[in-house]
Amino acid sequence: MVRLRGVAKRFGNGVLALQGLDLDIAEHEFLSLLGPSGCGKSTALRLVAGLGGISGGTIEWGAAHGARDIGFVFQEPTLMPWATVFDNVYLPLRLQGIGRRDAAGDVAATLAMVGLGGFEKAFPRELSGGMKMRVSIARALVTKPRLLLMDEPFAALDEITRIKLNNDLLELWRKQSWTVVFVTHSVYESAYLSSRIVVMAPRPGRVVAEHHVDVPYPRDEEYRTSTVYNEQCRVVSRSLAVAMQEQPA
Amino acid sequence: MSAEGLERAARVVLPAAIAVVALTAWDLVVRLNQIPPYILPGPMLVAETFWSDWGTLWPAWVVTLRFTLMALAVAVIGGVGLALLFAQSKWIEFSFFPYAVILQVTPLIAIAPLILIYVENTHVALLICAWIVAFFPILSNTTLGLNSADHNLVNLFQLYGASRWQVLRYLRIPSAMPYFLGGLRIAGGLSLIGSVVAEFVAGTAGEGSGLAYRILEAGYRLKVPRLFAALAMISATGILIFISFSALSHLVLRRWHESAVKREN
Repeated sequence: MVRLRGVAKRFGNGVLALQGLDLDIAEHEFLSLLGPSGCGKSTALRLVAGLGGISGGTIEWGAAHGARDIGFVFQEPTLMPWATVFDNVYLPLRLQGIGRRDAAGDVAATLAMVGLGGFEKAFPRELSGGMKMRVSIARALVTKPRLLLMDEPFAALDEITRIKLNNDLLELWRKQSWTVVFVTHSVYESAYLSSRIVVMAPRPGRVVAEHHVDVPYPRDEEYRTSTVYNEQCRVVSRSLAVAMQEQPA
Repeated sequence: MSAEGLERAARVVLPAAIAVVALTAWDLVVRLNQIPPYILPGPMLVAETFWSDWGTLWPAWVVTLRFTLMALAVAVIGGVGLALLFAQSKWIEFSFFPYAVILQVTPLIAIAPLILIYVENTHVALLICAWIVAFFPILSNTTLGLNSADHNLVNLFQLYGASRWQVLRYLRIPSAMPYFLGGLRIAGGLSLIGSVVAEFVAGTAGEGSGLAYRILEAGYRLKVPRLFAALAMISATGILIFISFSALSHLVLRRWHESAVKREN
């Protein structure tokens, strides 16, 4: 779907965030980018989204794509505080010039999908952290994107909420036909969600390992407590530890 | 009474009690020392002057209020217009912002005589004076607000290919709202000060004169009670403007902004 070859990114302040990054994103997969902070995983995600130019290498798209084909979820919910839940989710459609009335059906359906039916008129400040994140996910999904990019979306949430959102996200991903690229620094989260995990090392950011999680979906609480899951976590942890060691002291 | 109710009552009762104490003290000082009214009139006499001089004070108040509101309107149009222009390009902001600062830091009272020389129409000159004082907080606050949009939201708009106009309308302007309203509250008071100061300098007489001229006139004629009455009216006007804009700000922001949202801890 997307092919990154030798991608480099140097920021204005001279910091080399990525160098020689090779990454393939396959159709319908759930790909996690795992790595310590500063390894450039968020930067890579932003480059795929077209936010900021690359300093070297290529990013190629397989099929025709447009702005409509990407949904982006930030680490923070990043909602407009002055707008209702409806208006926040309606935003991408509004920016595409779709009228409020024409969009209402899609917005309502997407909100129902993330479990927020009936919250259209609420303001972000009236919602809990988990609900705000659901609104943010609904906003990313309302355009029915083929590729969903998520930048540590659940990192700021408490564990109980995170597990619930993990399960709901998997459920949605299985039902819909999108591809997910999920940036995380949690071994456990990546092993639970992903079909493939790419481990990155910092300074400069690059791919150092790759794991296929060959466990069939649906995955549920039973998987979360299974020895298979533990084994996955151990393997991934080990390669993350290796990635950390490559970090210059 | 609940703690909250008690607090709310205290907000009214305490300042009112201070007022009663101060007025009584003032009255006693005047009475006991037998101070003549042309030096210091007692509060009762000032109150009476409101009634007796209403025919002079009321039209003057209307003039002052009209100038203030007109100056504020021009300040809002000018300040917001310039801020929107600045938001379009950093280069425009870099080029002009220092001059806005210069205009702001130069005391009005020092520029006013010049403006009166070069601008023939006194009313227009007064308006310009008041505008100079009032527009800066609106310009500076609105500029700050327009530039304070959440960086990730800016990225999100970019991701969906939003036009400049869409970013301005759906993101920058709503983000700037609390800042603009804060500026408006300051500018409201300043435009009153500006129009009073300008009138002091210009000294328009006759039909179209405002409260500032009435104060000067009362001073010359030693009608000190009227001077106090006019002063009280100017203060009251300032308070009224402040309360109105605070209410407006609360009304606009009450659903979402931290400043207006009630929180229970």
